[in-house]
Amino acid sequence: MATVLFDEATRHYPKTPTPAVDKVTLEIPDGEFLVLVGPSGCGKSTTLRMLAGLEPIDGGRILIDGHDQAGVRPRDRDIAMVFQSYALYPNMSAFENMAFALRNAKVAKPEVEQRVREAAKILELEDLLTKKPGQMSGGQRQRVAMGRAIVRQPKVFCMDEPLSNLDAKLRVSTRSQIAQLQRRLGVTTVYVTHDQVEAMTMGHRVAVLKDGRLQQVDTPANLYDRPVNTFVASFIGSPAITMTRSAVREGEVTVHGLPVALDRATLSTASGDVVVGFRPEAWEVVGAGRPGIDVRVELVESLGSEAFVHGEPERVVDDATVALGSERITFKVIGKTDLDVGDTVRVAPIAQHAHVFDAESGARLS
Amino acid sequence: MSAIARLSRTNGRAGMPSAESGIQGRGPVGKAFGYAAMVLVLLIIAVPLFWIVVTSFKRQENIYVRPAEYLPIPFHPENYSEVTSRIPFSAYFRNSVIITFFTASIKIVLGVLSAYALSLLRFPGRNLLFVVILAALMVPNQITVISNFALVAQLGWRNTFQGIIIPLCGTAFGTFLMRNQFLSLPHEIIEAARMDGAGPLKLLWRVVMPLSWPTLVAFSLITVVNEWNEYLWPFLMSDDARTAPLQVGLTFLQNNDGVTNWGPVMAGTVLTILPVLLLFLVLQRQMIKGLTSGAVKS
Repeated sequence: MATVLFDEATRHYPKTPTPAVDKVTLEIPDGEFLVLVGPSGCGKSTTLRMLAGLEPIDGGRILIDGHDQAGVRPRDRDIAMVFQSYALYPNMSAFENMAFALRNAKVAKPEVEQRVREAAKILELEDLLTKKPGQMSGGQRQRVAMGRAIVRQPKVFCMDEPLSNLDAKLRVSTRSQIAQLQRRLGVTTVYVTHDQVEAMTMGHRVAVLKDGRLQQVDTPANLYDRPVNTFVASFIGSPAITMTRSAVREGEVTVHGLPVALDRATLSTASGDVVVGFRPEAWEVVGAGRPGIDVRVELVESLGSEAFVHGEPERVVDDATVALGSERITFKVIGKTDLDVGDTVRVAPIAQHAHVFDAESGARLS
Repeated sequence: MSAIARLSRTNGRAGMPSAESGIQGRGPVGKAFGYAAMVLVLLIIAVPLFWIVVTSFKRQENIYVRPAEYLPIPFHPENYSEVTSRIPFSAYFRNSVIITFFTASIKIVLGVLSAYALSLLRFPGRNLLFVVILAALMVPNQITVISNFALVAQLGWRNTFQGIIIPLCGTAFGTFLMRNQFLSLPHEIIEAARMDGAGPLKLLWRVVMPLSWPTLVAFSLITVVNEWNEYLWPFLMSDDARTAPLQVGLTFLQNNDGVTNWGPVMAGTVLTILPVLLLFLVLQRQMIKGLTSGAVKS
């Protein structure tokens, strides 16, 4: 049980122009499940490895339970790590893999036995204890790797994309198992992933990183509802938010030619153009007579209970509106949809669900 | 000496499935060329060996004849008993075992430990040290033999085992081979072991070595064969059966009387090859076992 504090922690690899991890400041309270998420190369794994002591710190500090970890060896930090490749010892059985750390720590034999059996029971590994990693499936290896971390009863768990080598179905079930296990054990956990679904479903809080810089740390709900900048808005949420750049005129912005009235107080803080974003559920299909954007359907992702429709606006984009990235609009339809590729449908954004950002800085305005 | 040839031949056999599939992947010309090369290599190795074995069963007067006789008729196994009666064969054999055992053991331990330090421990000047060791590998031992001789003779170590063994113990090949092997191990496993609280020796013994088993067996085998076949240095160091190994003993056998009697010499050669050959057959299994168990690992 421990608190973790990153205090302007920085890692700058030699011969690179920018730091891999740039002054990350992050406080993780005791027992929290914190997810580090971001695109590949954003420094999330490096951040985790700095905490584990596998990567040196070039600036700032990392504190565990208030103690500066500078110069403390990985083995002395009381941190257990689950690696992406599991990194099991192929020459040892599952039991020996899990017992290895305890034996190194000179834990008494009966206690080793008891702790390994306990972990094996939690992870349903009892039948596998005599098997070697080579004889196990990917999911079983993953559980042994988890078991190896659990038996140590460490202060902190570090997990580096532990699910990325599993197939999709197993990933979903293991996801909830890990989250449940963490709640049950109450061990402070830092979990790295590039998968935003994992981030949103597993963590108490999620830290979004980009280019080594921390963008936002918040609960999954807040990240989704109040992203602090355009990066977080576009990174979190699947399918992605539809964003449009627009000039501001008398309390209105223009979304693909359609004037949308927004909160004047919000818009008044804008220094120039704004970027307006609407999530898939912030659109409604409207009748032909009402104002809206005609969208030609390019792709329908029907999930049964709901469907996501991707399409391109048909109206010519006017001067004031420059689409960000893609011209596509993505909206959600509840239930079944009879829309098909090539159809045209009129949609309109729901103004109160708009996310408004400064076009220059990308920062949130509302 | 030809045990090395044996080694490479049997190695070729172990690797044959892949070589064959490689040949099958090519066109008919490439295929023919591949088989021709294989036959050529086989002949280069097999013909001298065949000749050694055949000659070891020939009578003296059947050896120097024209046209050459390809089969030992009349069969003359007495050459083998003659070897053991004309030279103290068992003493030479014992010396060979002692020298090979100690030299190879020291070389393997030194090779593994230095490779471990140069690959997995961090200290300043590590790469420079590695280059220096490699440079030592490049110096042929014929160059150092005279100064080594002077030094060892001064110490009064001629005709002693330490005089033969200690100067042979330096190894750069093992350091090089094992270092590359250690560097090729997955980083995460080493990191996991470090986080699991394994100290340097435990890391080496419980994690690094088991993963490097096939390479270690290959390295050990090459070292044992090399030491068994070591000729020049023991020849300079020892004059008689107190310390001389088999290879030197064979020379004594050859020089015993004015005319070399090749029958017993070849019989002695066959007897010298046999122990290494047996060792190879035993260890080869280990090597292949290690290789397959490594292939299944995550």
